[in-house]
Amino acid sequence: MNNPSGGTPAPAVHARALTVVRGPRPVLRNLDFDVPPGRITGLLGPSGCGKSTLMRAVVGTQARVTGTLDVLGRPAGHAALRSRIGYVTQAPSVYEDLTVRQNLTYFAAILDPGRPAAERRRHQVSQALADVDLTAHAGALAGRLSGGQRSRVSLAVALLGTPELLVLDEPTVGLDPVLRRDLWDLFHRIAAERGTTILVSSHVMDEAERCHGLLLLRDGGLLADGAPETLRRRHGTATVEEAFLHLVDTADALRKEAR
Amino acid sequence: MNAGPSPATGAAAVPERRPALSPSRTLATTARVLRQLRHDPRSIALMLLVPCLMLLLLRYVFDGSPQTFDAIGASLLGIFPLITMFLITSIATLRERTSGTLERLLSMPLGKADLIAGYALAFGLLAIVQSVLATGLSVWFLGLDVAGSAWLLLVVALLDALLGTALGLFVSAFAASEFQAVQFMPAVIFPQLLLCGLFAPRDTMQPVLEGLSNVLPMSYAVDGMNEVLRHAEVTADFARDVFVVSVCALLVLSLGAATLRRRTA
Repeated sequence: MNNPSGGTPAPAVHARALTVVRGPRPVLRNLDFDVPPGRITGLLGPSGCGKSTLMRAVVGTQARVTGTLDVLGRPAGHAALRSRIGYVTQAPSVYEDLTVRQNLTYFAAILDPGRPAAERRRHQVSQALADVDLTAHAGALAGRLSGGQRSRVSLAVALLGTPELLVLDEPTVGLDPVLRRDLWDLFHRIAAERGTTILVSSHVMDEAERCHGLLLLRDGGLLADGAPETLRRRHGTATVEEAFLHLVDTADALRKEAR
Repeated sequence: MNAGPSPATGAAAVPERRPALSPSRTLATTARVLRQLRHDPRSIALMLLVPCLMLLLLRYVFDGSPQTFDAIGASLLGIFPLITMFLITSIATLRERTSGTLERLLSMPLGKADLIAGYALAFGLLAIVQSVLATGLSVWFLGLDVAGSAWLLLVVALLDALLGTALGLFVSAFAASEFQAVQFMPAVIFPQLLLCGLFAPRDTMQPVLEGLSNVLPMSYAVDGMNEVLRHAEVTADFARDVFVVSVCALLVLSLGAATLRRRTA
């Protein structure tokens, strides 16, 4: 959607009064937020706060979503979005009884089918392998790889076909510090060079500092959003983690007072 | 873009566009399933050899009465592909569901029909190999006395395999683990096995059971095999059996497709 009045481009994800119910209770309550295009937006909060549910809603695999949720200018889950979004689930979702290259080749054929596209697909697969630094392991069975390598295969699948939006659910969990740094460098490179919008979740607060913008989530509600430095400045803290704890304490105090 | 608190502007209200079958995506899926199997040669060997071994065993169990071997052997040629395909489909689909690859595929531009047709094609090819081996062994080496054409046996075996694939796909939606999926075999297959006419002619059963056997698809799979066994030409009963098995397979297949959901809670 064009925005004639201001210079800001249309958001990649636009949510108003977004609510998701799972079982009897709401997991996400009345969220309002925008994810700017071409930037890395971090979705942070403790385990169980609704991060994965929010990501599934954006990708269009979550049932019982109400309110407004537009992704790349269309309602989330629209069939036309399926080739424009790359999605990495928390547990690596690849075929363990296929090699790394066979996994990528199959998913590439789903995204860009047909014999005429074969050459393009081959190129995409090599590119994705190089992106996640797994070219040397292309012939290995996914099931034989280490946990960190397998999650990088999963990430490589999401990179196929240069999606406009990458939704990454805790992609760095359980990885060693060197790998984590390399992956974050990759995310920044993808955002800068390919203009990809990245929505990445984490429960590790020090990763917050690496994002352009943040959405802080707690108990299904949006606690705060903004750039890391804005959050730090607003609460007079040295780190985002302290700002988050400050927000939590303030919210708890308010709730206690209200009672 | 719909702003404001209008009712059901949620993404859940988006109508699902019904994609036609995409041949290249279907074939890509078939190739992928076969590649997965190729990394598991032991499973392939078990699938292909166990039916042959069972028939061999049966031939010499009924060494003294070749007529009994004819009747049971022909029935088993229809039952083996059904059971094998039921097992491998239910476990393969369950793996797809639990590993997260199904969610990933359904978030991609893959139609449900592509996925199901891809699986059916891959397992159908396997069923052809299995049936050719079992039928060839029985007819040429074990002296199974068939009045009709061996090709017709193969046609019925293939339809049975398709029915097994359909049942397996459907049942996998109700299994939370591979352990449960295997337990569905006695639940879904054994009653049909008892009632299909393998152990006693269906019209000699207690009337309630006979009625039950009349609505179970495996009965028609076995009847079809026996028609080929006894008659040289294609009979009306054979045509009816083939029709019933095909319709059942397609019906269960579409029920199975309904259990593949793009959005889950």
